[in-house]
Amino acid sequence: MIKISDKILNKPEKKSMRDGFGDALLELGRRNPKVVGLCADLTESVKMEAFAKKYPTRYFQCGVAEQNMVAVAAGLALAGKIPFASTFGVFFMRTVDQIRISVCYNQANVKLAASHGGITVGADGATHQALEDLGTMRGLPNMTVVCPADYWQTYKATLAIAAKKGPCYLRFGRGEVPMITSKNTLFQLGKAQILQDGTDVTVVACGIMVYEALKAADALKNKVSVQVINCHTLKPLDKASLLKAARKTKAVVTAEEYQVYNGLGSAVAEVLSQNYLVPIEMVGIHDTFGESGKPEELMKKYHLTANDIVLAIKKVLKRKHECSPNSH
Amino acid sequence: MQKIYTIKQLKTIANDIRIDIIKMLAKAGSGHAGGSLGVTDILVALYFGGVLNYDPKRPNWKERDRFVLSNGHVCPALYAVLARAGYFSRAKLATLRKINSDLQGHPDRTSLPGIETSAASLGQGIGVAAGMALAGKLDKADNKVICLTSDGEHQEGSTWEAVNFASHYKLDNLINIVDRNYVQISGCTEEVMHVDPLADKYKAFGWHVMKVDGHNIEQIQRAFLKFDHIHERPIVIIAKTVMGKGVSFMEGDHNWHGKAPNEKQAKMAIHELISKIRNPKH
Repeated sequence: MIKISDKILNKPEKKSMRDGFGDALLELGRRNPKVVGLCADLTESVKMEAFAKKYPTRYFQCGVAEQNMVAVAAGLALAGKIPFASTFGVFFMRTVDQIRISVCYNQANVKLAASHGGITVGADGATHQALEDLGTMRGLPNMTVVCPADYWQTYKATLAIAAKKGPCYLRFGRGEVPMITSKNTLFQLGKAQILQDGTDVTVVACGIMVYEALKAADALKNKVSVQVINCHTLKPLDKASLLKAARKTKAVVTAEEYQVYNGLGSAVAEVLSQNYLVPIEMVGIHDTFGESGKPEELMKKYHLTANDIVLAIKKVLKRKHECSPNSH
Repeated sequence: MQKIYTIKQLKTIANDIRIDIIKMLAKAGSGHAGGSLGVTDILVALYFGGVLNYDPKRPNWKERDRFVLSNGHVCPALYAVLARAGYFSRAKLATLRKINSDLQGHPDRTSLPGIETSAASLGQGIGVAAGMALAGKLDKADNKVICLTSDGEHQEGSTWEAVNFASHYKLDNLINIVDRNYVQISGCTEEVMHVDPLADKYKAFGWHVMKVDGHNIEQIQRAFLKFDHIHERPIVIIAKTVMGKGVSFMEGDHNWHGKAPNEKQAKMAIHELISKIRNPKH
């Protein structure tokens, strides 16, 4: 559990997750000569320029040719390097064949750093807002899928996936977002984090929705005891922690900056429906593409706010009290 | 250190490989006969003709040359060659495409020694090969990466992304051999989706272009001796081949792209190939 101060809830320090990736990659470059970077004409946007400048012989611009970037990354990995290939989440979609066969089926040690995940990409609009990537990657055997919640988690996740052998997909956002965790907060790949304990309902969130979950819990603090779990690793999913939480609170709300199909909500539902049935409500994008707008406006319009989580909590509690499918 | 074979011996080996391929496919009941027979002479030149520097006992030997098969469907030829080269027992050839086999329908890197990448979806292997060549440049290594691609896979955009990348990064340790048989599933490549002028395209992309008769082992060997003086440009060897080469009723027929011979056809094919070994024409 981490200490969620009033400051974090009311006036949080903000830093972008993509900066966390860029800073970590630079550090990895220093630590390990096998680490190489690849980009598809988006070096500055994905914050790779510091790495590129410091290690020019280990940085490969691939141009607007993402499929080749992924295939080349696979070749580099098979030849003993630790390649970090980065572009926007939406542009990894055209490379799924390469990811599937040259990376996953090959079990090549490729790290895919997908920036600009989610609708909060903003003004660029729907084509640039990755809302279907997590599920696609989750469905691939041998793939690890991580969606960190803030700058420091993205930094640590980058280091963690470099240390883990095998294909990894790391998804982070564009904008400056609240720093929930600190440099010293423990981060473990594959281990869901209980940020706040509670007894009435569990909110399982990832990415920017973790902060919204904390705000929702705070808004209900005198009425509902809300447990907030940061489930940063979608694959492999921390089933044990999720089942323990479900057994405790018997009501779950999932929240993600993603479609309600195929993402974190679905992953959680898969585990619970097969092991311990509890009512679940899902907060996410309801099977639609996004649009241009300011991040805050989009979150409001597409129901990705703390208030939407509050409404989902109320809904799931009503269902919990109406029927209890499990006896003790 | 690999054994040095005469041309006559290499031709016999190629014929033996073709017999292995026919037997393997007949037993499996499915597979790609045409292309496998078509690339046999190229693979024999590489693995037995002294072109590729490898050690079957050390498939992960860091200094090895890498052979990347991009058009993975012709893997029966590669499997037969790898077995004869000593990577695994020839007895395994009979298990092609069977459940639990190491010899998968399309190569699985993790299940068989000697396979550099799991290739099957056309237009990917060449990118992987470029990545391996790039690693070689980074490590200032001496080894080379030889990729085999089909002509049909040059219809994939990703193939040209890799071609462009390779010349941009001056990967002169990358050699791509194109199995130019002018045939694909739907017929002649030029009628389906034209691939020519292939040599001109590669030249335009900054590669050094060579052309060989894909069934002349000596020519293929000599081609590899010719580019020590080629610097900063990757090399393409466009090898003119005949689909189904070696079996008269398969030669040039696109219907044999994705078909395996039945027992009767296999018998006829093997009979033909054996008589070729007994009475070599040249």
